[in-house]
Amino acid sequence: MSFLVVKLVSQRIALGLMLLLAASALIFVGTQMLPGDVAQTILGQTATPEALANLRAELGLNEPALSRYFSWLGNALQGDLGTALTNGKDIAESLSGRLGNTLFLAACAAVVSIPLAIILGLLAVRFRNRWPDKMISAVTLATISVPEFILGYLVMYLVAVKLRWLPSVSIVRPEMDFLDRIEAIAMPVIVLTFVVLAHMMRMTRAAILNVMESAYIETAELKGLSAFRVIASHAMPNAIAPIVNVVMLNLAYLIVGVVVVEVVFVYPGMGQYLVDHVSKRDVPVVQAAGLIFAAVYIVLNTTADIIAILANPRLRHPK
Amino acid sequence: MSRIPTSALIGLVFTSAYFLAALFAPLIAPYELGAIVGDVWEPMSSEHWLGTDGIGRDLLSRMIHGGRTTIFVASAATILSFTLGSTLALTAVVVGGWVDMLLSRFIDLIMSIPTLIFSLVVLSVVPVTLPVLILVMGLLDTTRVYRLARAVAQDVNVMDYVEAARLRGEGTRWIVFREILPNTLSPLVAELGLRFIFMVLFVSTLSFLGLGIQPPAADWGGIVKENKEGIVYGIPAALVPAFAIASLAISVNLVADWVLSRTTSLKGGR
Repeated sequence: MSFLVVKLVSQRIALGLMLLLAASALIFVGTQMLPGDVAQTILGQTATPEALANLRAELGLNEPALSRYFSWLGNALQGDLGTALTNGKDIAESLSGRLGNTLFLAACAAVVSIPLAIILGLLAVRFRNRWPDKMISAVTLATISVPEFILGYLVMYLVAVKLRWLPSVSIVRPEMDFLDRIEAIAMPVIVLTFVVLAHMMRMTRAAILNVMESAYIETAELKGLSAFRVIASHAMPNAIAPIVNVVMLNLAYLIVGVVVVEVVFVYPGMGQYLVDHVSKRDVPVVQAAGLIFAAVYIVLNTTADIIAILANPRLRHPK
Repeated sequence: MSRIPTSALIGLVFTSAYFLAALFAPLIAPYELGAIVGDVWEPMSSEHWLGTDGIGRDLLSRMIHGGRTTIFVASAATILSFTLGSTLALTAVVVGGWVDMLLSRFIDLIMSIPTLIFSLVVLSVVPVTLPVLILVMGLLDTTRVYRLARAVAQDVNVMDYVEAARLRGEGTRWIVFREILPNTLSPLVAELGLRFIFMVLFVSTLSFLGLGIQPPAADWGGIVKENKEGIVYGIPAALVPAFAIASLAISVNLVADWVLSRTTSLKGGR
């Protein structure tokens, strides 16, 4: 590992940490910089002055914003996310189980979609500009034009109502074993796979096509190797870095898709928890959940960049 | 005018049909938006072409009125994000220096939080009204327009005729609006279609989550939400707005693809 790589990677990590800090400030400011009074918005116009004063004290609104931000951030770093306004429960406690559920769902979707996307991307390159490629890009166009929740209801209507293969909601309880869990999340996994598959496949196709332009690919073709051999053993190794990057970016995208899909299938994860508490105007919960989503997103994006640095042979072996 | 390919023609026909329906919604909708005119979840009939919804309102009328709201909010937010995003980007490029640096880093920061998550955070504390919704959606999407416009404008900014205008002593405003804007317009117009689709999907998603258009007003995402219980009983009412959203998005996409391929040469193959 050369000095240059270490320097670039540590720069990227430092940038990621700075982004995280700035994102936390942005989330905090997003809930503060409003024209009105947060307490008034939460309680509505009919609130009594006493109730308003109580809520202001509870939210710490009587202190200056800067000191509130630092105490919120300090507590969050120690794992104390405060208590929910609506039920007075500890937020970190309610979140941990749900975070696990969400990550389980996202991981299952990733396990299904990543190999599928890469194989389909390879097929699209192998049969470039012929019917498999055209069909794949038509399906891609269709899936990026449809929002997640609609895909969700389509799958639910077909699989649960018409075919009656699965129950229509994904209820997961702690005592369920692994196989029951898989069955429960089958439909959301199908939907999430559709959501990210199109992007991932398109970008994989572009990455491999990019490599296919190189001179050594022409050499391999002129040697008389079969088309699949050329793609699999010559183009693929050089396309791995961009593909890994694609996968990481789509995992970050998956994290957002999860929010909507969880609501559709009533899956007890982070996304449903966040949406629930946005409509209840439970600001501390929204801040905490927003912070976690942003953190996961930033970490995945930073990882994508680091992998791109590490996979670049020109940086690994500088002249 | 070169020949319009079939796919783009289909896209154009559907897109204009949706926009005309939105424009003349009160004239063509057979019933009022909130009028209860039939039984709960009636199937399709000659009286109610798409059947009725969960409390007996005519679904076709709700779709037409709802489409008006969806298309209006999406268009308004797109116009906002485009005007703001491209003006900021062109100014950043022309002025350069720390203005460009500061703006670009700030946009990077906003883009480091997923759009949906950030909008949920903001919508948790503001009263959800139509102007607020348009403002939040438009401002968040400004980041995407800014990125593209800045990239395109940077290429134009180094052209000789821009240099010539500078030497002539033209001001920043002239250079932005008379020299750079006309030459970045074609890729931006192609992007306009894609941003509009994104806005349609965005407002539908927010309404579906119950955080967008508030009842009694209706939009397509909201109609999915109102009728989602029917799905479990095999009533496809919720799939009607789903179909509308998807077909609008696909047809705008087809048009945007065509515009993009027509302007590729102008953009230097970006």
